Amino acid sequence: MAVTGMTRTNGLKKALPLLLPAYGWLTLAIFLPLSAMVYFSLLTTMSSTTPSLTLANYAAFFSDPLYAVLLLRSVKLALLVMMICVVIGFPAAYVLAKIFKGRAREAIFLIVILPFWSNSLVRVFSWSMVLREGGILDVVLNAILPFKVSVDLMYSYPAVVIGLVHSYLPYMVLTCYLSLQAIDDALIDAARSLGASRTTILRRVIAPLALPGVLAGSALIFIPVIGSFMEPRILGGRGGTLYGTVIEDQFTAVYNWPLGAALSFILLAVVLAILLAAAPVLRKAA
Amino acid sequence: MARVEVQNVQRAFGDHKAVDDVSITFEDGGFYALLGPSGSGKTTLLRMIAGFEFPDSGSIRIDGAAVETVPANKRRIGMVFQNYALFPHMSVAANVAFGLEVSGQKGKDVRRAVSEVLDLVQLGDFGKRRPHQLSGGQRQRVALARAIVTKPRVLLLDEPLSALDKALRTTMQGELKRIQREVGVTTIFVTHDQDEALSIADQIGILKDGRIVQSGAPEEIYDRPNSEFAATFLGDANILDGTVVEGRLRLDNGAVVALPLDSTQTSGRMRCAIRPERVRLAVRNAGGRAEPGATVVWGTVRRRLFSGSFSRYAVDCGGSELQAIAQRGATRDLAIGTEVELSWDRRDLIALS
Ligand SMILES: Nc1ncnc2c1ncn2[C@@H]1O[C@H](COP(=O)(O)OP(=O)(O)OP(=O)(O)O)[C@@H](O)[C@H]1O
Ligand SMILES: [Mg+2]
Repeated sequence: MAVTGMTRTNGLKKALPLLLPAYGWLTLAIFLPLSAMVYFSLLTTMSSTTPSLTLANYAAFFSDPLYAVLLLRSVKLALLVMMICVVIGFPAAYVLAKIFKGRAREAIFLIVILPFWSNSLVRVFSWSMVLREGGILDVVLNAILPFKVSVDLMYSYPAVVIGLVHSYLPYMVLTCYLSLQAIDDALIDAARSLGASRTTILRRVIAPLALPGVLAGSALIFIPVIGSFMEPRILGGRGGTLYGTVIEDQFTAVYNWPLGAALSFILLAVVLAILLAAAPVLRKAA
Repeated sequence: MARVEVQNVQRAFGDHKAVDDVSITFEDGGFYALLGPSGSGKTTLLRMIAGFEFPDSGSIRIDGAAVETVPANKRRIGMVFQNYALFPHMSVAANVAFGLEVSGQKGKDVRRAVSEVLDLVQLGDFGKRRPHQLSGGQRQRVALARAIVTKPRVLLLDEPLSALDKALRTTMQGELKRIQREVGVTTIFVTHDQDEALSIADQIGILKDGRIVQSGAPEEIYDRPNSEFAATFLGDANILDGTVVEGRLRLDNGAVVALPLDSTQTSGRMRCAIRPERVRLAVRNAGGRAEPGATVVWGTVRRRLFSGSFSRYAVDCGGSELQAIAQRGATRDLAIGTEVELSWDRRDLIALS
């Protein structure tokens, strides 16, 4: 569809009243707190009545290699969770969008987005009941398998991954579903009549057309998982020490808000750098 | 190139029979139109031939080999979809090359075949464009090129021209006909546009409620429809009801006319059809006498629809209305209210079952 410049500016003028609440809210909810955080991150201390400004908090990141190690660990975790979500979420979305019709689709859709409706803390704690020794997974596996196994995933890296995948999978399913849904079934029929097998169709028609959805889902997952702290803390135990938990510690346990804020901004910078690096790929897909 | 035999094919969705015991043979190299109202099962039949849909019972043979269980991608059938279904992320050339690449052809062969077929559909310079940069008619040609470049055994087209405006549609009909003749592929064309079917196809099959009502050459179906549905769906027809009395037909409006030439019926009710352009109009008592063998019915002109080179009259004949078409060069225009006599050759009267 060609949109002339005329109608575009007109549209913008008309849309302005509609956009204002959103921008107002964004200013309040993001810009102001963010500015406050910038200010905090430059303070020497929170407690003093006359704090002075410093860059020491940022320097701290570079002076102790632990932060970088943890950040790298968080990036790896985010990549892993993201990839697992693609591997599980894309086929699920495909089945949902292209195979199920009517009632069955609605029912399964509900199951997929159900995690959104439950409190995230409840969700994470319920995983702890499943994963711990003598927990549901342990009992069920022992009931099925002829030999004795002892399953205790609690307080481990896999537990963190499982919890995070569970929390963020719906994003992937939804974004993939939307882009798959938009693919005309006639395209698939056309490819079939031209002799393409199912895998060829998936590779040459469906995957390229669904790529924007996969990328959007990946970004939606990658960004929050890098900074995640709740799942790692509750399910990870000692194995769950990550960049996000360290930041959280600064705010809730150590009360070193300036350091926490500085570490947060470094994370933000890293995320932006990664997105920027991926921009050419993203642009090509869109 | 192939011969397609559809035998007693049925396909139901729930308890609705979309295709109900259809048998029809598409001869090698023929150009067939499947014509029928919306929901008559045209698409379903086509999709079964293509392999996207499977019959509940009956058989579909291509060149003698049953294909009901062969998946669509193994049937070597080309299909053009109503909305073209071009791959939006590929260039025109890549769209056309898709089928060749899938079948394992490479590099130079593919490029040559693609440029040949794009020339055939007169889009030689458009290979690099994306589908969204093309007009409707151009997309249509790309879809056609993509479907025929793989040398399919059968070419299926599901209302391929319905999204185009009238003028472009006429051009594309000619194009399609030319390309089909050049390539020689057995072609099955679905439409609900009767003019399109008449002008484009060698053979027409009329569908109604999932059944083939009649099939044959366009002239044959038009001149000898076997049912009221066929007579009125393909072209216009006056339907005449009457009783056979003493070797003549007494119409319900009182007029007595000669029986259709091929009728052997000697008594009882009869339903006939006469095409409006076969009805001759003359001012009553104008002096000229009806030809011997011609049937005469009297009436009054009620309406006139002017269509440029011809006029269409609605004539009231004792309560029933008959349509007549008069070429404006041959007849003076008749005013509304004129008393007229209608006549026709009994050879043009069609007995309907
Ligand atoms: N997938 C389906 N599920 C249920 N019913 C269907 C399905 N496909 C077709 N039908 C039904 O089968 C009948 C025939 O449909 P079909 O699409 O073959 O008609 P058509 O002749 O192509 O009509 P049109 O001219 O509107 O395209 C219709 O009543 C339709 O509702
Ligand atoms: Mg149809």
